Amino acid sequence: MTDLTKLSMTEALAGMAKGEFTSVELTEAHVRAVEASRPLNAFITETPDQALAMASRADAARAKGEAGSMNGLPIAVKDLFCTAGFQTTAGSHILEGFKPPYESTVTANLWRDGAVMLGKVNLDEFAMGSSNMTSHFGPVVSPWSPGTLVQRDAGAEEGGFLSELTAAVRQPHPVQEWQWTRKLVPGGSSGGSAAAVAARCAMAATGTDTGGSIRQPASFVGIVGIKPTYGRCSRWGIVAFASSLDQAGPMTRTVDDAALMLGSMCGFDPKDSTSVDMAVPDFRAALTGDIRGLKVGIPKEYRVDGMPAEIEKLWRQGIDWLKSAGAEPVEISLPHTKYALATYYIVAPAECSSNLARYDGVRFGLRVEGKDLKEMYENTRAEGFGEEVKRRIMIGTYVLSAGYYDAYYLKAQQVRTRIAQDFEEAYKLCDVILTPTAPSTAFAIGEKMDDPIAMYLNDVFTVPASLAGLPGISVPAGLASDGLPLGLQILGRPFDEATVLKVAGVLEQAADFNTLPPFVAARG
Amino acid sequence: MTKLIQGETGDWEVVIGLEVHAQIISNAKLFSGASTLFGSEPNTQVSFVDAAFPGMLPVINEVCVEQAVRTGLGLKAQINLYSVFDRKNYFYADLPSGYQISQFQQPVVGKGEIVLDMPDGSSRTVGVTRLHLEMDAGKSVHDLHPSRTYVDLNRSGVALMEIVSEPDMRTSEEAAAYVRKLRAILRYLGTCDGNMEEGSMRCDVNVSVRRPGGPLGTRTETKNVNSIRYVQMAIDYEVQRQIEVLEGGGSIVQETRLWDTTKFVTRSMRSKEEAHDYRYFPDPDLLPLELEQSWVDAIKATLPELPDDKKARFIADYKLSAYDAGVLVAERASADFYETVAKGRDPKLAANWTMGELFGALNKQGKGIEQSPVSAENLGGLIDLISDNTISGRIAKDVFAEMVETGKPAALIVEEKGLRQVTDTGAIDTAIEGVLAANPDKVAEFKGGKEKLFGFFVGQVMKQTQGKANPALVNEILTRKLKD
Amino acid sequence: MSLDKATVAKIAHLARIKVPEADQEHLAGELSNILNFVEQLNEVDTVGVQPMTSVAPHKLRRRPDAVTDGGVRDAVLSNAPETAEGFFVVPKVVE
Repeated sequence: MTDLTKLSMTEALAGMAKGEFTSVELTEAHVRAVEASRPLNAFITETPDQALAMASRADAARAKGEAGSMNGLPIAVKDLFCTAGFQTTAGSHILEGFKPPYESTVTANLWRDGAVMLGKVNLDEFAMGSSNMTSHFGPVVSPWSPGTLVQRDAGAEEGGFLSELTAAVRQPHPVQEWQWTRKLVPGGSSGGSAAAVAARCAMAATGTDTGGSIRQPASFVGIVGIKPTYGRCSRWGIVAFASSLDQAGPMTRTVDDAALMLGSMCGFDPKDSTSVDMAVPDFRAALTGDIRGLKVGIPKEYRVDGMPAEIEKLWRQGIDWLKSAGAEPVEISLPHTKYALATYYIVAPAECSSNLARYDGVRFGLRVEGKDLKEMYENTRAEGFGEEVKRRIMIGTYVLSAGYYDAYYLKAQQVRTRIAQDFEEAYKLCDVILTPTAPSTAFAIGEKMDDPIAMYLNDVFTVPASLAGLPGISVPAGLASDGLPLGLQILGRPFDEATVLKVAGVLEQAADFNTLPPFVAARG
Repeated sequence: MTKLIQGETGDWEVVIGLEVHAQIISNAKLFSGASTLFGSEPNTQVSFVDAAFPGMLPVINEVCVEQAVRTGLGLKAQINLYSVFDRKNYFYADLPSGYQISQFQQPVVGKGEIVLDMPDGSSRTVGVTRLHLEMDAGKSVHDLHPSRTYVDLNRSGVALMEIVSEPDMRTSEEAAAYVRKLRAILRYLGTCDGNMEEGSMRCDVNVSVRRPGGPLGTRTETKNVNSIRYVQMAIDYEVQRQIEVLEGGGSIVQETRLWDTTKFVTRSMRSKEEAHDYRYFPDPDLLPLELEQSWVDAIKATLPELPDDKKARFIADYKLSAYDAGVLVAERASADFYETVAKGRDPKLAANWTMGELFGALNKQGKGIEQSPVSAENLGGLIDLISDNTISGRIAKDVFAEMVETGKPAALIVEEKGLRQVTDTGAIDTAIEGVLAANPDKVAEFKGGKEKLFGFFVGQVMKQTQGKANPALVNEILTRKLKD
Repeated sequence: MSLDKATVAKIAHLARIKVPEADQEHLAGELSNILNFVEQLNEVDTVGVQPMTSVAPHKLRRRPDAVTDGGVRDAVLSNAPETAEGFFVVPKVVE
């Protein structure tokens, strides 16, 4: 039988429809892959029992002819989505053990359509980070980290008095083990989602993107990740980081899968005042491959200082691919691009400082006692939040405080208007915009941790569209000289995910990216 | 005219502004679908939104917006078609999200006014600065455990209107009149029940004193004063305290104070002493509130007649005094009651009976007009019996007392007890003849010039007829007979 | 902008995060770096520019005034560190 974990979701749907395998079989294969991938630390909570129960329900639904669009497909859920009865941590100590009594709208939509939950995946704490290193549950290791398979005698390591006695008579027990020579980050904040999908232990995963948290990790691990237009997916039941920026989206291995899963995740939700009441198009139907005459904007301001030449080269390659498919590249200008990061690092912390005030040790999560209420708050929050989260809460508190609001917060929201206007102008000249997704390939775990600003620069190409609320996708486009994947980003007009996906499909086909991460290749 | 307070070192002028938090009448909360019902078991009327669980989002209740706009229209205020919800950030045990959703820079209602009816019949206009929508916090209970505070979130998220006055008031009486009038308007509009004991209306009192014509003094804010009497007492206390501090060479600290309802003093609130920095910013979970002028106009078209207009109409149509009209319109229910009584009847008589006998009886029983044992129709029936001479005014008082007891219609009581007035001149003649015959000496005295005795004869005749004789007829016939 | 220790202490207090005095200096440095980074926004001319309030294109929707939620006390209290008699419980607050 084929390795079920190597299939795309659309292939798996076809296989199940033809009766080649069941959802239970597909899910069992993935549950084993999840176990085999534990060294990646991609999962915070594995839910194999739930997965198999959902899979058999999916099989029953298919038998009755009631299969939903995601029927029987095992996926991972970023641990930022509240899942009823299953621990939801946001990667934070302060929410450890929290079991929401409700299900987020996005995951509820996926379950409605028959998807199967494998578990909750790791992330930067409260989605604040670009490396997954800020998680309370430890960093995630990218399956792209270089390493080798080594033989080792598992029996010899059992140790102890008894084993010494039996050593003379025991049989050797050789096992193969993957040993990393260098551990790389999967990107963030949806690092667990990215690693799980790239490592073929989940067919897809939900992600959230505030400033690039879907697109940058997708680029780092060679998968597809789309952040839809702000308002497309309901935010209800997703632990908030920065409310005006947060958007959920799918992380998949193919563009077609992304179109499929986005169609399930999104849709109007009256429980979210920012959710848009707009019909959801058939995204898969948009993947015609026909981009003739389409105008592709190439923003000149995205050639940033110090960007590696090979990224520039890949970008040019992407332009050529689209050109040969009949699209017309046009140079555009997004003059306020260079201010996007600074804007983001005022707006997002400001909102987070307020959004995270509810973690106070009173109604859920961690409590660290103190002599009075104030001390209880201060102890709880000091111990419950990690360094990066605290840093952002403090910055956010400062930029909103009396005397600084106008200079920082108000100014940033004015610049944000400018940035959005740049895009409006640009879309008078083009239909989509093509840029690199990130200014580098994945870096090693531990790097950039002592320099927040160097870390923030990871988001330089993804943040502007977040600030303007625009849809953007990252598509794997090739390998850099270090053997690591690189993605290209396509941005679109508000609510024009269909065109974004169509162009992404063309890029995907041209790039024909099919290299397996070493960790997966070694698994066989 | 400015009212001044005489201090040891000269005169002081008092400056008062009020912030009133009025709970909006609605079924569900401002941003969640939980019920607003008062007095339920702790935390039973709490949604995950109200308890600020992770990922929960606010969605605004249409009726709450409508009620705020209705109130704004009732205060003759500017309605802002574009307003913004902000987060007011602070930590407190009963504020689950760590911020209150409120309106800071762009409230839904702007400047308006309230006309105060003073006890002496004069009136005075106080400016309303603004009205904004906000959510209530939960309740902390401090006395259930020696070392712990218990938190109930039933109120968390209930819609409030904060109505801020200009610092236009100069006496505690004016402040009391302001709260009374505002409460009347809210009740007329049906936007707040005005029940201060249950906390559906709370006042924050801002008080400062200054030398007449001098610069404004430093003010203090006394929070959550929950009755009109306490508003007045808290202001009087605070004025005396501030004058004493200033005359003693001290200075007033700008601070939040608490009205102590057992010692009747204001005292500094320790928990609120720390410097506040609310870090207001627009709530990113909510978009700006945008209203259509046509929607506002439709609400305007449904506004009831408000106290000021009603009062003017009562004076013009019923020829009532300003004072009487003011008393009657103070509550919509009493004005409606009066109008039912007055319909097709002598308005002055209707006013006298409503304000005199009825209000007196209700006062004695501690009841409101809504619980009146005598319906407006029945009181009208009583007045009809007086007007058509079926009973005398004196008998009417007895009948009324019976009506208060039993709730029966006046006519029924009159029939049952045989209280119909005697208008048969023959019967009255006979009674008078009897009285005169029994008191020849008094008759002689009367005829000798002691005319005061006329009352004595009337009294005797009424006694003979058990009060049922028509007094006018008695007067007429008696006069004729005594002149014979 | 360079933050001093006292400002860090003030922000930490507003944010209710205990920051030991020993860490204040270091944190002041980190926060100052971030503030210096974001101060490049001063280069942008924003005279007359409306601040962004939301990127969502629609008007605020209003829901009907119906009771559709609440009555779930057990669920509301189920994650709480301390409860009693249907209340959340916290250290004594003195007013």
